[in-house]
Amino acid sequence: MPAIIMKKGRYMKIYADNAATTKISKAALDTMIKVMEEKYGNPSSLYEIGQNAKNIIEEARETVAAALGASPREIIFTSGGSESDNQAIITAAAIGEKKGKKHIVSTAIEHHAVLHTLNKLKNKGFSITLLPVDNNGLIDLEELKNAITDDTCLVSVMFVNNEIGVIEPIEEIGKICREKGVLFHTDAVQATGHIKIDVGAMNIDMLSLSAHKFHGPKGIGALYFRKGIPLTAIIDGGAQERGKRAGTENVPAIAGMAVALKEATEALESNAEKTIAVRDYIIDGLNKIPYAELNGDRIKRAPSNINFCFEGIEGESLLLLLDDKGISASSGSACTSGSLDPSHVLLAIGRPHEVAHGSLRLSIDENLTKEEADYIIKSVKDTVEYLRNMSPLWRDLVTGKRKHIFEEY
Amino acid sequence: MALYSEKVMDHFKNPRNVGIIENADGIGEVGNPVCGDIMKIYLKIDNGIIKDVKFETFGCGSAIASSSMATEMIKGKTVEEALLLTNKAVTEALDGLPAHKIHCSVLAEEAIKSAVKDYYDKNNVAYDNSIFKGLDNATACHRH
Repeated sequence: MPAIIMKKGRYMKIYADNAATTKISKAALDTMIKVMEEKYGNPSSLYEIGQNAKNIIEEARETVAAALGASPREIIFTSGGSESDNQAIITAAAIGEKKGKKHIVSTAIEHHAVLHTLNKLKNKGFSITLLPVDNNGLIDLEELKNAITDDTCLVSVMFVNNEIGVIEPIEEIGKICREKGVLFHTDAVQATGHIKIDVGAMNIDMLSLSAHKFHGPKGIGALYFRKGIPLTAIIDGGAQERGKRAGTENVPAIAGMAVALKEATEALESNAEKTIAVRDYIIDGLNKIPYAELNGDRIKRAPSNINFCFEGIEGESLLLLLDDKGISASSGSACTSGSLDPSHVLLAIGRPHEVAHGSLRLSIDENLTKEEADYIIKSVKDTVEYLRNMSPLWRDLVTGKRKHIFEEY
Repeated sequence: MALYSEKVMDHFKNPRNVGIIENADGIGEVGNPVCGDIMKIYLKIDNGIIKDVKFETFGCGSAIASSSMATEMIKGKTVEEALLLTNKAVTEALDGLPAHKIHCSVLAEEAIKSAVKDYYDKNNVAYDNSIFKGLDNATACHRH
């Protein structure tokens, strides 16, 4: 194995798993500590200390609403993306059921927070249509139109896919749903703070977001719901969040999320420009590895996302060796998830099992330097080569005993 | 606690006996690319003694570590001793594997058995079929 390159006398450490979570921003962290120290009151209490905490929440609500083009009354705080997804879908199902509409349209590449909730509804008598995606991960708008029936009570399509970074045509989907009079929810966990969102212009009825994906704290998120949508509470017990989400509010996390989102939104364009340049540089570099292919659309792609499949190797061993070189990344292999099958997203874009096992996701941020990008490219290239050299599958591909799935370059 | 023991990480990062043996006396391959792991064992056998053993593995960290450990455990042993190697012994020698990775040690046991069977078949050695009864399913994905 090649020697680890040194930086300022230390091993190079590169965090390239920002789609899993991000490092909290200094401003968000400082705010949280200040809130914990000074605004410790219960927001439901009437005295000043309580109301000070309440004010923090309402200011944060305004910030979050502004970032989405929504009004503050259209935002509730939740524990994060999964809870928001659950609540949005359960809400739409309850509204639909009252009208006798028990059909939901979603996609094959949704996060499990959506897919598992839909499965539960299926067991309760709802019918679910999961739209397929093309080889780049995009849904077909004509197929969406055809899938919506008089019984459809919800369309739920993610904004940005967490694995392959593909950006779905949200504005067009919103338009179709509006024309057909169907509620539209989007899981925008990977998009918020990274891609411009305007819930009005995009005709989004409900939207899920999570703070720790944009340098905010973990365990906090929000659900946007268009005015007039009667939310179903999934946590009962108190009048917090206008009765739609019981439990004493996580005031410091809410404050930290608002600070992080404001920062991310203000720097959105410059961050995206910087990140896309480095992303494309890494994609070009990794494309030079033989029998490797990018997963997800090259253009309609989240600024941070790089996802490749490499023939002849398995993803977990690749991750462990990259970790040894100081690089934190992710994979869609079965071994990394503890399940038998590789990523449902990679299978949905048509990758065969044997190739899907050999996937690598790097999700970078705006601070990644060109020097670090070079280090990533070289490390991945060396590690893939090393693992291929001990792989009987690779030997079979090289000797022609098995057929390659990808082109050489 | 880390996912893997130090011993697993050592055998994964510094695998012993990686490679192939030209003109091997026995070759065994188990696993399936669809499942995400394939193990191939090459044996050089002289007078019933395993003089050399090499492996190639496509798979996760514990699959590579299990292959490495298993080859160490049978090197210099008789063929009959190699047949007695169990996945449990491999797992124990690695100071344990996570529950969902135990099948990697099973693959190592099966790969060795498969290589010995190949050696027996090539040399017209008579054997009791029941020794190799587990190998029929060796190309199916291991449910765990």
